[in-house]
Amino acid sequence: MRAAGTAGAVAALAAGGLAGSEAWLEAQEAAHGRKLDGVQKSALSTSAKPNSWKEITTYNNYYEFGTNKEDPAANARNFKTEPWTVTVDGECNKKAAWHLEDILKGQTLEDRIYRHRCVEAWSMVIPWVGFPLADFIKKCEPTSKAKFVEFTTLYDPKQMPGTRSRVLSWPYVEGLRMDEAMHPLTILVVGLYGEVLPNQNGAPLRLAVPWKYGFKHAKSLVKIRFVEKQPMNTWQLQASNEYGFYANVNPTVDHPRWSQATERVIGGGFFRKKTEMFNGYGDQVAKLYAGMDLKKNY
Amino acid sequence: MRLSDRTARFVLKPIVFLAALGPVSWLVWAGLTDHLSANPLSDITNETGIWTLRFLCLTLAITPLRRLTGWNTAIKFRRMLGLFAFFYGSLHFLTYVIVDRFAGLDFTDGVLSWATVRNLAASVGADVYKRPFITIGFAALTLMVPLAATSTAGMIRRLGRKWQTLHRLVYVSATLGVVHYWWLVKADVRSPLLYAVIVALLLGFRVWRRKKGTGVVVSRRAPAV
Repeated sequence: MRAAGTAGAVAALAAGGLAGSEAWLEAQEAAHGRKLDGVQKSALSTSAKPNSWKEITTYNNYYEFGTNKEDPAANARNFKTEPWTVTVDGECNKKAAWHLEDILKGQTLEDRIYRHRCVEAWSMVIPWVGFPLADFIKKCEPTSKAKFVEFTTLYDPKQMPGTRSRVLSWPYVEGLRMDEAMHPLTILVVGLYGEVLPNQNGAPLRLAVPWKYGFKHAKSLVKIRFVEKQPMNTWQLQASNEYGFYANVNPTVDHPRWSQATERVIGGGFFRKKTEMFNGYGDQVAKLYAGMDLKKNY
Repeated sequence: MRLSDRTARFVLKPIVFLAALGPVSWLVWAGLTDHLSANPLSDITNETGIWTLRFLCLTLAITPLRRLTGWNTAIKFRRMLGLFAFFYGSLHFLTYVIVDRFAGLDFTDGVLSWATVRNLAASVGADVYKRPFITIGFAALTLMVPLAATSTAGMIRRLGRKWQTLHRLVYVSATLGVVHYWWLVKADVRSPLLYAVIVALLLGFRVWRRKKGTGVVVSRRAPAV
């Protein structure tokens, strides 16, 4: 009997491990959403081949919906994105609570096919649909005191099971310097592959800042605040020796625990790609950091 | 019910052996049939790593199991479980070397050249030297090499009492394995914490036994004085 018990324990552990592994089997790609109208092409898109819908919607870092890559696909399925309000606050003339429809009213949407580089040293090419953050910032009329922009993600433990444990300090906060926020490459994203953004990718409104690591791309935004002092972003709060405020993609500055020199291209075959400075967007953005020590300001 | 040695040897052992091959078989199957995540190479690295830790825990659980239940036949499974820990650890290391290091090399002289061998050795060496969590994982596996090498009946006989002392290195390996896992995660330490607790309990049991053991000796002596 005892022997059977041991064998049973081994089997149970094996089964448990496999059941854990099988979470991947359940990582189903997102259902297709409504097609977005009047989406324009953009000269700022890369010509690289985008990753598949399945790859982009099953391999996500979105800790509000769980810390495993396949968690958001499973846990964000019933996330409610309508109605959606974004509060604009801080050093600006037009403090207001904006309905998402009003933010999008009269706003031309563009296909922006961007390289996306995660701080964990993997990368994808993602065909976002969005519009320049600068367009929206201008409507908010920031004052001369507005030196930085702070972005806050929704914190709703009822809908976001990941936030029920204090894995990170909630709500998730990110920030950009004003000139970074106003840069034409910086966009607010509402879609993917010409369709409404799937929940696991940060619906209904998220940031994309393609020369920065993925964690700067705050998702499901509910608050945009103009501030005078550099905001404290969540990952910096978590481990300031590993994650900085700038988080520019930089192959010469390693994460303390792993190298940033190369990246695993998702769906890109066996060999790793050499990571490019500013994720290959140096021509457009290097000037923002002229004279700055990027080893210190990582 | 007492189990005969024959049943243990010819029935139970093959079952445990096959079960222990389950994870690697599953990985191969899932990899070939596209059932892993969008980053399958990372899945293989992670899964072989976690299974190393699981087999180390199982190996360390044999002694407490025997002591607590008196089922001594359990000892017959210890070597196999330990060797499977080494097997998964080796797969884990090999995956890292190939997928993380080899795949990121420059191949200016072509893939099949001495430069590739040199560059790979330098790349692994630099990583082991520079990154504490790699250093510690590498140490954990290295310490298992002499254990695997001296696991044969012949070596056990030859080493005598020294064998036992040597094989206590597995305590160090398991501890380093947990630290390696802990230092690897970004924020969510719940899973490493679970393994830390399990290993602490398994090692704590031994400390407790030893203390209790001494206690018994003292109390036995007492009346004789």
